[in-house]
Amino acid sequence: MSAILTRRAALIGAAGASGLLLSGCDQLNRSPSFRRVLATAERLNLKSQRLIMGDQKLAREFTAADLSPIFKANGSVNPASDEYRRLRDGAFADWRLKVYGLVSHPLSLSLDELKALPSRTQITRHDCVEGWSAIGQWTGTPLHLLVQSAGLLPQARYLVFHCADNLGGPGPGGLYYETIDLTDAAHPQTILAYAMNGQPLAVAHGAPLRLRLERQLGYKMAKYVMGIEAVDSYANIGKGNGGFWEDHGGYAWYAGI
Amino acid sequence: MAAAQMPPQVIKRHALLTRVTHWINVVCLTVLLMTGAQIFNAHPMLHWGQFGADFDQRLFAMHFPNWATIPGRQDLASGRLWHFFFAWLFVINGLVYLAYGFLSGHFRRDFLPTGHQLRHIGQSVWEHIRLKFPKGEEAKSYNVLQKFAYIGIIIVLPLMLLTGLTMSPGVDTAVPLLLDVFGGRQSARTLHFIFAWMVVGFVIIHLVAILAAGPINEIRSMITGRWVVEPEETER
Repeated sequence: MSAILTRRAALIGAAGASGLLLSGCDQLNRSPSFRRVLATAERLNLKSQRLIMGDQKLAREFTAADLSPIFKANGSVNPASDEYRRLRDGAFADWRLKVYGLVSHPLSLSLDELKALPSRTQITRHDCVEGWSAIGQWTGTPLHLLVQSAGLLPQARYLVFHCADNLGGPGPGGLYYETIDLTDAAHPQTILAYAMNGQPLAVAHGAPLRLRLERQLGYKMAKYVMGIEAVDSYANIGKGNGGFWEDHGGYAWYAGI
Repeated sequence: MAAAQMPPQVIKRHALLTRVTHWINVVCLTVLLMTGAQIFNAHPMLHWGQFGADFDQRLFAMHFPNWATIPGRQDLASGRLWHFFFAWLFVINGLVYLAYGFLSGHFRRDFLPTGHQLRHIGQSVWEHIRLKFPKGEEAKSYNVLQKFAYIGIIIVLPLMLLTGLTMSPGVDTAVPLLLDVFGGRQSARTLHFIFAWMVVGFVIIHLVAILAAGPINEIRSMITGRWVVEPEETER
């Protein structure tokens, strides 16, 4: 009798406790101050990873034998804006990459002008925040070359990548964008890729130009890049969190894990 | 009516540091397992090797129900936010516990099986199958199977951490050796999943053993440290 009561009480207790745990966690999850406490871990992730990997250490590079047979495409796979369609239909002959903001020499480069610059080719692993990975070969212009020729002003702290895809719906508020800091901008594997697996970059993967940032997750690697703006802060861009998914999904600005 | 009995013997079972780190660990592992299920659901399948997406190198697919995830609905960003905070807490707490366990001699004294225990392991297995636990003097030290369980979890939890870190492109850059040890990011993700179920298995066995051994006495010993030794049954 008492054993049965105890067991029943234990079961009811366990069910009640797990119900409380779940609803309690969901309430905590909605509390901005609790989320701020949790977000201290993001700072720790950034500081500790930068400490152990240094500023210049390269992500592992693979060989052609390691390439994924299928490279999954996520997010926007075919931007719908009239401007992008016009550029795409013209084989991006009218496309220009603009480098502006806190720079001493703003740039406007055609795809052919970019391709004429020194390039880097790397076979790397692409990691999606969802959990999957694919290995691809990327060829593009090292970002630090463009940053050098544009000449950053001393107050510049971040680079903003403005994109052509309206993942957040029509209008300027829905445009994809991302920001990176100058440490990542100076990394040798940070390139603006115009070719993938030896072919011109496909539309699904961000044609004509996408960022490769090999030590972070895929959502940082802006596709359909139209312009690069040097800024001192990203607080006044979008909703102020430093990127599209940071603004719309609450994802971390530092995506090294 | 029972005859006059000796007052029950009360011993100090767990040190303060063990008790504090134990309950912090309970909170951390609960959140880590349930946010881990949330994160898994964002790509609800496993692969083996350096890469894997959809049908590439696919091993297995499943989906955790909402009642098993934190937060309750699909929310990968929040799952990650919680997961990494409690992972840091778990690491700091675990390092304090490990340092204490090694330096104080707690692990050597209480976790290493004795020669006598190893020779009589068969008997221990048979007693555990019947949920019969030692009483009296023998109960004051850990049973050999209990020792193996504790040593096992002290090995599995750091492996959880390492396979988790192997999924980080930043950590892989700093320590590429991890990719070779675990066979790649997707293999590490699969191992992280397997180790998580081993932790769940440990917890289930741990809870069943506590219920069978006397939950009030066992839980009190992990809160106050004081544990009542059940006297040995004497033949009549």
